[in-house]
Amino acid sequence: MKSVSICNLKKYNRKKTSPRNHYFKTPLLTAISATLLSLSLNPAAFAVTDEEFRQLQDQFNQLADEVENNKRAPASNNTHIGGYGELHYNNLNNGKGDAKKQLDLHRFVLFLGHDFNDKTRFFSELEVEHANTEENGVVEVEQAYVQFDLNNHTRLNAGVILVPVGIINETHEPPAFYGVERNPVEKYIIPTTWSGGGVMLSGHYSNGFSYDVALHSGLKTDITKNNGTDIRGGRQGISEAEANNLAATARAKYTGFRGLELAATVQYQDNITQNHSNNVNSATLIETHARYNINHFTLTGLYARWDINGDGASSLQRNIQDGAYLEAAYKITPNVGIFARQNQWDNGGTGDTRKTQTNAGINYWPNENIVVKADYQAQNETAGNFDGFNLGIGYQF
Amino acid sequence: MKKTAYLSILVLLVTNITSYAARNANQQPATFINAVFNHHPPKAKAIWLNKTLKQQIADILQHPYHGFRIHYWQQQGKTLWILDEIGKEKPITIGIIIQRHKITRLRVLAFRESRGWEVRQRFFTSQFNQVALKKDHQLDTPIDNISGATLSVRAITKLARVALLLDQSI
Repeated sequence: MKSVSICNLKKYNRKKTSPRNHYFKTPLLTAISATLLSLSLNPAAFAVTDEEFRQLQDQFNQLADEVENNKRAPASNNTHIGGYGELHYNNLNNGKGDAKKQLDLHRFVLFLGHDFNDKTRFFSELEVEHANTEENGVVEVEQAYVQFDLNNHTRLNAGVILVPVGIINETHEPPAFYGVERNPVEKYIIPTTWSGGGVMLSGHYSNGFSYDVALHSGLKTDITKNNGTDIRGGRQGISEAEANNLAATARAKYTGFRGLELAATVQYQDNITQNHSNNVNSATLIETHARYNINHFTLTGLYARWDINGDGASSLQRNIQDGAYLEAAYKITPNVGIFARQNQWDNGGTGDTRKTQTNAGINYWPNENIVVKADYQAQNETAGNFDGFNLGIGYQF
Repeated sequence: MKKTAYLSILVLLVTNITSYAARNANQQPATFINAVFNHHPPKAKAIWLNKTLKQQIADILQHPYHGFRIHYWQQQGKTLWILDEIGKEKPITIGIIIQRHKITRLRVLAFRESRGWEVRQRFFTSQFNQVALKKDHQLDTPIDNISGATLSVRAITKLARVALLLDQSI
């Protein structure tokens, strides 16, 4: 036979009484308390039977369930918010008197999501770049899609989606990558961040293979600029975007070996000027990357290449545009990591057009969702010869 | 080529949409518990969290834990814990089995995030086998990250640490 002190029970109840339970503070409760107090003076009243003990345990657990459920209630709300942002300081000089010393709230992004039910949800990302729109900033919807779980391993996204290519394009929260600025290969070749309106089917298998197939709004390059071969400038955004020529993108990825990611993307568009010119027409993007993570080391390599058809592209020698980078990173502690990255890219043109940029630096995570970054940058003459350092702070929540 | 690409996408869409109703995602915790204990699970117990334990859990999770207690199942030197933690936006539910203060099995029972599904795969979860907790409440074996699933990996690693801590505390 077990026994429990009624005094201890009273102490527990006193501790757990919240303002919401004010109705207990009544004359009735006072009378009960007085009775219990008088009983507690009688040692015989201390003992309870096993059955009573079990009942009290059940009551405790019910009380705890109720309180815990109440505490969980806000978190179980079906609408979610989040965000990320990054402030950069660039101190770069090209040795010819051109300096780039500036502070820039490069990105301020808010996420908003909603779960309609267990298998249908909405996700969005609203981004302010460069703090305001009075100078060179923009406010844009980078993602806004509804996601349907078709089965345990297949999903359909419909809306404004990120094109499934490269590494940074989909995972670009500042604590997730090294370097203050995003790497120039994915920026100037792929070109990240790149989203489109359309549908994307994604699936994965237990052997580590996954795929994404998307049909989405394509590029619309400016035919007055390099005959319409400026890929990065061809990103339309989703503001009455022309849809004469959609783009089809397919990606295959393998992550079935511990620490390894292998991926390849192919994209095709029939006319990247949206039929405004036949001088430049179809274009194919091929991208592949590998990342291997073992213990504290991470090694990443990426290659991307555009093949643009049409006399307008070949006459300017801008029919092939490609780039690659190799990055090595090492985490000294869980909070500190160092990296070095060599980038090389070429958007075509006449003469020596191959650009290179070397970065090396450090990331410090004072909190897992906050990162402080510093890196050194050196460019070749073709890339602008801007050497110097960058500092940044980024966050996500 | 354009027509072929569009047609391929259409075929994939149709074949997958037909399986929409056949969705059978995630394993129910009760199913997992039954399977672990050969359909004769012990009665659930609960560990009530004192101030020290609550603080240690908060240190691991890097946010406060609001519950009073955590349920577990114990039989023949084996403890089973069902825990969940948010990766990026949604809770990931995992089941962890511990014997002699080492994880013998970790399984992702429910994954609700839009990215990072790879953490459900055996190549990732098997990393936790035979992993124990060091005195500083870190795992004694490093867990390899998955590119693009960092937050999910982090959440599961935290839960493994919490489960080992709780196992030591009972």
